[in-house]
Amino acid sequence: MGAPTTTDAGKGLLRFITCGSVDDGKSTLLGRLLYDAGTVPEDQLAALARDSRRLHADAGDALDFALLTDGLDAEREQGITIDVAYRYFHTARRSFIVADCPGHEQYTRNMATGASNAELAVVLVDARKGLLPQTRRHTYICSLLGIRQVVLAVNKMDLVDGDEAVYRGISEAYRALAQTLGIASVACLPVIAPGGDNVGARSARMPWYRGPSLLELLESADAAPARAVDFRMPVQWVNRPDQSFRGYAGTICGGRVARGDEVVVQPGVQRARIERIVTADGDLDSAGDGQAVTLCLDRELDASRGDVIADALRPAPVADQFTCHLLWLGDSALLPNRAYWLKLGTRTVNARVMAIKHKVDVNSQARLAARHLELNEVGYCTLGLDEEVAFEAYADNRTLGGFILIDRQSNATVACGMLDFALGRSANVHWQHVDIDKSVRAASKGQQPLCLWFTGLSGAGKSTIANLVERRLHALGCHTYLLDGDNVRHGINRDLGFTPEDRVENIRRIAEVAHLMVDAGLIVLVSVISPYRSERQSARELFAAAEFMEVFVDTPLEECERRDPKGLYRKARAGAIRNFTGIDAPYERPEAPDIHLAGAGRSEELAEQVVARIVATFDGGADG
Amino acid sequence: MSTDNAPTHSHLDDLEAESIHIFREVAASFRHPVMLYSIGKDSSVLLHLLRKAFYPAKPPLPLLHVDTTWKFREMIAFRDRVAAAGDVQVLVHINEEGVRQGISPLVHGATVHTDVMKTQALKQALDRYGFDAAIGGARRDEEKSRAKERVFSFRNAQHRWDPKRQRPEFWHTFNTQIRRGESVRVFPLSNWTEMDVWLYIRRENIPVVPLYFAKPRPVVARDGALIMVDDERLALREGETVEMREVRFRTLGCYPLTGAVESGADTLDKIIREMADSRSSERQGRVIDHDPTASMERKKQEGYF
Repeated sequence: MGAPTTTDAGKGLLRFITCGSVDDGKSTLLGRLLYDAGTVPEDQLAALARDSRRLHADAGDALDFALLTDGLDAEREQGITIDVAYRYFHTARRSFIVADCPGHEQYTRNMATGASNAELAVVLVDARKGLLPQTRRHTYICSLLGIRQVVLAVNKMDLVDGDEAVYRGISEAYRALAQTLGIASVACLPVIAPGGDNVGARSARMPWYRGPSLLELLESADAAPARAVDFRMPVQWVNRPDQSFRGYAGTICGGRVARGDEVVVQPGVQRARIERIVTADGDLDSAGDGQAVTLCLDRELDASRGDVIADALRPAPVADQFTCHLLWLGDSALLPNRAYWLKLGTRTVNARVMAIKHKVDVNSQARLAARHLELNEVGYCTLGLDEEVAFEAYADNRTLGGFILIDRQSNATVACGMLDFALGRSANVHWQHVDIDKSVRAASKGQQPLCLWFTGLSGAGKSTIANLVERRLHALGCHTYLLDGDNVRHGINRDLGFTPEDRVENIRRIAEVAHLMVDAGLIVLVSVISPYRSERQSARELFAAAEFMEVFVDTPLEECERRDPKGLYRKARAGAIRNFTGIDAPYERPEAPDIHLAGAGRSEELAEQVVARIVATFDGGADG
Repeated sequence: MSTDNAPTHSHLDDLEAESIHIFREVAASFRHPVMLYSIGKDSSVLLHLLRKAFYPAKPPLPLLHVDTTWKFREMIAFRDRVAAAGDVQVLVHINEEGVRQGISPLVHGATVHTDVMKTQALKQALDRYGFDAAIGGARRDEEKSRAKERVFSFRNAQHRWDPKRQRPEFWHTFNTQIRRGESVRVFPLSNWTEMDVWLYIRRENIPVVPLYFAKPRPVVARDGALIMVDDERLALREGETVEMREVRFRTLGCYPLTGAVESGADTLDKIIREMADSRSSERQGRVIDHDPTASMERKKQEGYF
């Protein structure tokens, strides 16, 4: 085996994945590879022999190599791979980290997890079946995640009598596929995984194949991933033990930096020179891609976590609108215009998918029209961020071009994305400065501007209560406006229906209009079902803390249905209306509304509760 | 910028940088992180990386040792020396309820002892201090269910791991968002192997508990393992005798549950050579792993590290 004991062998570490269709023998091939590399310890081999006999009583003493890699109970029970398993082995020539990826379409997100850190993929094909939709899907996901080297292993060659023509046909078809997907390097070989033919050693059963074994191919593969050339380091943590030291800790994700180099802190334009490159092992003269360092600058700058320190002569592009590929990982669908957290490098900002240009059928790579993305679907999208960020195209820099989206309610990782390029339009639209601002306008009205957001089921009494509140405020001399959800749908939102994606956009527009009116100094009452927590939160975030009050009109569904002022529940129950909140569309109750009204009570009393709260904030002198 | 030939970086340099990145991400993203310190070689490497990650500042998070009261005496002495260095705070937690009940691996067996004095104790400590991120030294090469775990591994408010619903994890862009009461376990050594750990200990000259080095020690052969007689609580059974044998330990845990291996490896070089020739896996000496095959997966679901 030749473990690297005297040094840690400066030969490159190769990170690769194995993937391929279900039942193509992927786990078996990897188990055999580990066995042939001599890295399976004796006690694990004994357990393997024991488990093989127990599960395959009819197979004699043959070892089931797949059992070496399937780790979870559920996987062994079902005989499939669910999640990525990482394995570590080495030969005399180099060290390997291999991610064994699941084949089923429902676990595509786990396969992509494995692919994101890999430089090479071993794709398996069953010689009897040739290229399958899964083969195409996996190859596509590999190309999407930036893998540029593939080894195609045509497995189960014994079941086609070692027929060279079968192998040639599959190899040529695969090379054609890889070429269309932009995979630069493809090596093919025929294998029989359980027997180890062409895995660790050449096969006597296929003398016509004279190329290298799988292990030899892996040992000689190019380990260096595409290295970005311009210096970039996302600031991870500001190191400030005392007044005398201020350093920016991070991992360099492109290029090199040397003492004295001029850098810029992005997305801003502040420049400085590198004074020190600090590590616990002493200062460095220069440092490069992949190194974790702490940079000291020659002047005090306002830099913090999430900023990118970049070569001042070749800075990263900065933008807040992009095109990108998104692989959707969430159990619930992507909704355009919903706000998600986007994490890029060390920066976390609010982001919205503004439009899905098309989705890509992962099996055929056909482009399809789409209004939303479901689990494991890939879309080509335009993306808008609340703030500008420094970035790179994913093809140039995985760290500054690859991002994740996080659901703001569940905190689940719902997408991974690969940035393509910035949209020019964001750079050309600037905020225009105006002299008369909100506080001036509010002062001339003698009031604190406010948005009162009434949410609740249809028929809960939102509009009735909002109307009463507005009358009372008007009587008190306040300048108000009532934005009613139904009325807005006749005008600015007349193009929207009641699908989840349209509801998201409906709320976004109403919130923006309310925001303009608050900016004009008004007290705005919004009455709209607004069934999703996420969009109500986004609405709240448009306003200063004291400017927004969520009023939950909490009327039980049975009561709303009994009232049914517009006859809508009856129609919904009869199936004449689809996507009706409370019937066949969800309502997500507020978790901490500012005002919680028991909606079954008398409207006048409920309105009085709201007015009392508002008047109290006037007296408290909210800071608008 | 300089475009001169970049020096080639070794495999250990890559692993070190990755681990430091993970440490910094924890410190920057969580309100109240902690590092689980179990005194073994992996913990020694973790502590070394912790110091490096935040140099020249002192580590911005404390260590927590969950003391089962059955650790080797040399381990406790080593821990106390680490605490005496003064740059890191070392918290020690013991499940006092378990002590009152007299829970012992010798009486109650490995499974009950591990559950009460390790898993339950760990959950008590995390709740008591309100830690929202707990860094541990587990490596994916140790065991099959560990091989499937994420670097940032989500735990619900009951500290449970759901292996079928792990968050996908891309590049080194970790999702650190959690709600109050939830937590993550973080494994900076995920991609290290046992060999990497020893090579790094040698390269960086990291102190480890002397029990890893071979020397004559009093042991008794019991249930197929060599158990060191570390104190008077290990009562001899009929027919057992204490022998002095030259042994060392590949992993360290509670002494009645940790088998020694016969070995002459009394230096780092010899340990590394022995490991390169070794044909058995590291956790073989751990009695607690010898339950049904997937026991680690179950223990982890219940909150074990």
